[in-house]
Amino acid sequence: MSARALLSVRDLRVGFTTEDGLLQAVDGVSFDLRPGEVLAIVGESGSGKSVTAQTMIGLTRARNSRIEGSVELAGEELMSAGDAKMRQLRGERIAMVFQDPMTSFNPVYRIGAQIVEAIRAHRPETSKAEGRARAVELLGAVGIPDPERRVDAYPHEFSGGMRQRAMIAMALALEPEVLIADEPTTALDVTIQAQILRLLEQLNRERNLATILITHDLGVVAEIADRVLVMYAGKVVEQGTLDEIFYDPQHPYTWGLLGSLTRLDQPRPKRLPQIAGSPPSLLDLPQGCPFRPRCPHEFSKCPQYPPLEARLPDAPGHCDRCWLTPEEKGEKRVVAGRIGLEAPNA
Amino acid sequence: MSTAQPNDGAPLLDVTDLVKHFPVKRGILIDREVGQVRAVDGVSFRVERGETLGLVGESGSGKSTVCRAVVRLIEATSGSIKFEGREIAGLGRRQMRPLRRQMQMIFQDPYASLNPRKRVGQIVGEPLKRQGVASGSELRRQVQELLERVGLSSEHFYRYPHEFSGGQRQRIGIARAISLRPKLVICDEPVSALDVSIQAQIVNLLDDLQDEFGLAYLFVAHDIGVVRHISDRVAVMHEGKIVEQGSVDQVCERPQDEYTKKLLAAVPIPDPRQSRERVRNR
Amino acid sequence: MARFIVRRLVGMVAVLFAVSVIVFVVFMVLPKQNPAQSLAGKNATPILVENIEEEWGFDDPLPQQYLTMMKKVFTGELLQYEPRIPVDDRIVEGLPATFSLTIGAAVIWLFFGLLLGYLSAVRAGGWLDRILTGAAIAGIAIPVFLLAPVLIYLFANQLEIFPSSQYVPLSEDPGEWLNHLILPWVTLAVLMIGFYARVVRSNMLDAMDEDYVRTARAKGLSERQVMTKHVLRNSLIPVVTLFGLDFGATIAGTAIITEAIYDIDGVGLYAAEAIGNFELPPIMGVALYGAFFVVLMNTVVDVLYAYLDPRVRLGESAS
Repeated sequence: MSARALLSVRDLRVGFTTEDGLLQAVDGVSFDLRPGEVLAIVGESGSGKSVTAQTMIGLTRARNSRIEGSVELAGEELMSAGDAKMRQLRGERIAMVFQDPMTSFNPVYRIGAQIVEAIRAHRPETSKAEGRARAVELLGAVGIPDPERRVDAYPHEFSGGMRQRAMIAMALALEPEVLIADEPTTALDVTIQAQILRLLEQLNRERNLATILITHDLGVVAEIADRVLVMYAGKVVEQGTLDEIFYDPQHPYTWGLLGSLTRLDQPRPKRLPQIAGSPPSLLDLPQGCPFRPRCPHEFSKCPQYPPLEARLPDAPGHCDRCWLTPEEKGEKRVVAGRIGLEAPNA
Repeated sequence: MSTAQPNDGAPLLDVTDLVKHFPVKRGILIDREVGQVRAVDGVSFRVERGETLGLVGESGSGKSTVCRAVVRLIEATSGSIKFEGREIAGLGRRQMRPLRRQMQMIFQDPYASLNPRKRVGQIVGEPLKRQGVASGSELRRQVQELLERVGLSSEHFYRYPHEFSGGQRQRIGIARAISLRPKLVICDEPVSALDVSIQAQIVNLLDDLQDEFGLAYLFVAHDIGVVRHISDRVAVMHEGKIVEQGSVDQVCERPQDEYTKKLLAAVPIPDPRQSRERVRNR
Repeated sequence: MARFIVRRLVGMVAVLFAVSVIVFVVFMVLPKQNPAQSLAGKNATPILVENIEEEWGFDDPLPQQYLTMMKKVFTGELLQYEPRIPVDDRIVEGLPATFSLTIGAAVIWLFFGLLLGYLSAVRAGGWLDRILTGAAIAGIAIPVFLLAPVLIYLFANQLEIFPSSQYVPLSEDPGEWLNHLILPWVTLAVLMIGFYARVVRSNMLDAMDEDYVRTARAKGLSERQVMTKHVLRNSLIPVVTLFGLDFGATIAGTAIITEAIYDIDGVGLYAAEAIGNFELPPIMGVALYGAFFVVLMNTVVDVLYAYLDPRVRLGESAS
């Protein structure tokens, strides 16, 4: 892996002990984030994408959690760092933005006050006036009109899109090196989503801000990501550049995700290609490849757990977890003229 | 897609100038109405037998309010709602009862729309029971048949909602809705709360059921991609009004209204090369 | 906000009016017995009853009677007849004692309730939480009339640390004032501490699951900052409402038993005696006094709630 990686995750494992047994939410995730890069982590519920992100900043540390593996930020190991160190890092070096801006702000404090709180948590010497001025500046930088007045408003006085911009402003307050956005546009209307994506992309470009974007929406990924990680049942099943994932996907789950998308730019198919079954229960995973129960291409080798490997000679960075040969993959992934997973008999 | 019958007279659902205002009250001692929230501000559309009309719009556009008003869950402020040629906007509860067999609704939140204290069999069988269609073991047989039809198994009859995933719960809701073989099913954001891989399953199921039972759908969603896939005709709503209406191809390929164009342009295209083109052309 | 307060104040007046009418109807109109007889008390002479009849105008139409009654209440002419004292004088006399008891107890129960609830929530599931929860439940379960004698026996009779009864006015001797109130305060507070600790704990545990708490942690706030500025602050809102109502109810009359056992000469004791002797005027007077405080506290709490939660104050706008 590149020595120039800003953030380096190696074999991260996060398990939670529950009444029903050990729930392995993240099972051996590795990736690099380079400076200025936008990495998209794609997955559905139960894929482990949010837990991965939260673990990187230490939010999952608890009595019932078992965390193993390594997360290095600019060479410094975070998983073994003390709580005080992690607290310092949160917001200052790695900032996180969450899905629902309505509930992510405390409803009883003004927006400006909450931004100032973030600033003063790390720079206690900042005066209230300085903090407020900085808050106004930040709100302006994310495109909120009339920031002088808006800084004193309460969260419920903002619209959904404005709130998310304010969240992003708060995350940028201490000029972090990495921004993690966990489903930042899922709760927003599509026109607002487009604006927020444009904002994230602008921030990434102008400030060289490395960004991890967590989402289930491949359309969003296509708009702003440089590289993509596809997660399923706590494991990475495919990773590569944006073009590699979209134009040469190697894992059946990825085919399924791509296939089940509705495409405005293409004629309507007779049936929407779907993925059969549902995401697995993490307490009851099949032996070997976790996608087996839903995969129409399952064969004799699948009960053996497939390693994440680069199987294409000219694409060393493009890895996947599927035993099929590249030739077989090229064949099987085309369904009715598009990439997809076989639709079951109607 | 539909199995639309040739137009034999009255459309199945004919809504004209539907209006729903919510009063805004202010006052020191006594609340006076100082203004109105015009949730639905004069909306007209038709749904023919066996076809799907997609109603697409963002939050606050009024599409959910339209659904509720059509099914008479809330009272419209004014306007006409005709079902099979008959005016239903002013009907009393007793008169609405037989009509409810013909018009059913599927809701967005699969976690909130099923009573957690009832078994699945009870939930799906309730409409049949209430309308006096069946009871006892015959009821159970019909319910189990419905469960299989929507992709569940007959033994799920005895389970509780919390034992199911979101997609499965939505199937339960669908089974309940079609139990009385309605002519019209109003779907209020039926797939928005589901995982992407499950959304396609549910959309396909709805398509199949439409073919099998000749159902008509009023399909309401904010995801224009899904709406485009399942609908025959589409209406675009914005701030309480329908700004554009027509066949799917007309509205999606050759939009006339500015808002429709804006909406279509905002949908991300899952194709990196086209995305990059778009950015360049901005 | 001003509009909000005005509305609440008007509402308060309306409720008090309604309560006074109810008191009137319940005590004067409904009973089969001649109201003058009830007013006069157990040892009434016929002449007294006749005088009362004339004074109160029981031959007048009902609305007139109501107005007469209200006039008497407001001009301090509501008299108990055995011995002859104006009821409101007697109530005013009892106020310092009752206030000392209830306000002191309220401060104690609020402080400890918050503290124990906070500790329980922060260490939820641990041994401290379990001990505190057990103690809270015990506190809620022990009735006042059991706790008080036990405390008196232990601390006043056996250990002789505190006096067993009486109230000493603050102006007379602050030291003794405090001394005489400790046991009554503890008695009154123990039940409420348990209750409030449970409520605070429960609200805080709910708040800890909220998204904004996750945001606060993600910003890098210290755990203590997260717990106090975000979790506790938001948990307090329902607690404030509860406290207002409880305090109002306590002043209005829950303190009766405590005052009776400890022989504290407050409004509660006055009411207890009047009930024992079935003297109607004091009962009516205390009922109105109680209603006034409950309604007042309700209004205060409503206004305070709006202050604490900007969503209520400003109304849900957005978009």
